[in-house]
Amino acid sequence: MIDLQPIILSLELAVTTTVLLFLAGVPLAYWLSENNFKFKPVISAIVSLPLVLPPTVLGFYLLVTFSPAHFPGNVLQEVFNVRLIFSFGGLIVASMIYSLPFMVNPIQSGLESLPLTLKEASYTLGKSKFRTLVSVLLPNIKPALLTGIVLSFAHTIGEFGVVLMIGGNIPGKTRVASLAIYDEVEALNYHNANIYALVLFVITFLILLSVHIVNNKFLKSVRF
Amino acid sequence: MISLQLYKTLNTADGDLPLDVNLTIKNGEFITIEGPSGAGKTTILRMISGLLKPEKGHIKVDDALWTDTETGYYLPPQKRKAGFVFQDYSLFPNMTIEQNLVYALEDKHDADYVKEVIEIMELEALKARYPQTLSGGQKQRAALARAIVRKPELLLLDEPLSALDAEMRLKLQDYILKVHRKFKLTTILVSHSISEIFKMSDRVIRLNKGKIIHDGSATNVYAKKYISGKFRFTGEVLSIEKDDVVYIVNVLVGNNIIKVIETDNHTAPLKAGDKVMIVSKAFNPLIIKIGD
Repeated sequence: MIDLQPIILSLELAVTTTVLLFLAGVPLAYWLSENNFKFKPVISAIVSLPLVLPPTVLGFYLLVTFSPAHFPGNVLQEVFNVRLIFSFGGLIVASMIYSLPFMVNPIQSGLESLPLTLKEASYTLGKSKFRTLVSVLLPNIKPALLTGIVLSFAHTIGEFGVVLMIGGNIPGKTRVASLAIYDEVEALNYHNANIYALVLFVITFLILLSVHIVNNKFLKSVRF
Repeated sequence: MISLQLYKTLNTADGDLPLDVNLTIKNGEFITIEGPSGAGKTTILRMISGLLKPEKGHIKVDDALWTDTETGYYLPPQKRKAGFVFQDYSLFPNMTIEQNLVYALEDKHDADYVKEVIEIMELEALKARYPQTLSGGQKQRAALARAIVRKPELLLLDEPLSALDAEMRLKLQDYILKVHRKFKLTTILVSHSISEIFKMSDRVIRLNKGKIIHDGSATNVYAKKYISGKFRFTGEVLSIEKDDVVYIVNVLVGNNIIKVIETDNHTAPLKAGDKVMIVSKAFNPLIIKIGD
């Protein structure tokens, strides 16, 4: 009988990462879309870095950073009693960094594509920037929000290098489905590998399919 | 009483241009700002509403200071009681017309006021619809209604009628005048249409290259230049047809094609696509009322 634990762990990781990343990504995307400052290209480049950086590079640096042997890992360990390497918490932090551009970039370009007068109209109606963001801007970039959420989710499900480096492939704790596939193949259990692979394939395909269906509908209904 | 003195450098196609205006507007006045594009009309409205900061200057509305660059004081747009109607309407696509209006309410318990505005602006039949399903004129009416719901003291209209056809313009002009009077607003309109300016404004500010070049009643500002014993239209030559010994020149003026009979020596330099002026001495013009 196949062990379902890695798949459940993958889903848990993807859901938690996506929720936290959404909460962090919206303010970051809003801030980037609203402001134009000298160092903005630097910030944008850092946000986009995980798109091109080999996951093992990112995983390696995170491993070094969070290791209790150095700062800031030792501070986390001693002051907050938190150890981010070889733990589920560490996987979440690493996944959030790894999927950051997938959340921030679509939301940022969604916000930037809105007509400027939309928020100006809201300001002249006496509404604060926060109220404008929540009631006017975000509801009008639903496809971008959905794209950000889904890409982050699917990307987290599919990550391998980062989780391997920082999570250490511990069964029941940090062994997610993508790692399990690798293990099964190494052990020549092609049958099990095939099942894990198929489950991931079907989940990610269905998610992407639903996004395209929903976005298609939304784009037909709204024209600026 | 609104007094303003504003200075800002405009980045126009012809390079940088200083916008430098000094104005005093009486409460309840309907004033139109007119001038060629790039003259700074919209910039003035945006600075009054607080969407744009002037480089130098001040804005004072009654006893309240809105902008003062000397002390660095700058009241945010949210706190200025100025309704702004944008040229592109800027209704929120995620809300129905009624929700757009309710959003503008300062006090959520004031829902009756929304009903009143809906009634005045005759939006009853449209209130459950989304902006993208409305025509241009309907959208502009809704945008005007939304600005009113905020209970502004000052209404700023940035070419609100320029995208509408003639009939719709006339109707909306009436709506604007109606709310201007009913809510005792001070209104500043940006417009290009002379007939609109004559119909609506108490006072016209003519702007050119960032400076006020005329300030007065519509008759004073335009009378000498535009009203004369002649009719004068500008148009474009569509085609020139030969008919026996004369030529018939078809000229497009606005949406009308006017046929002008000319002799050979007049038509010789003309060709299709030329910009021309048709002038006629109007000894016996007929005035016929159209529509209501």
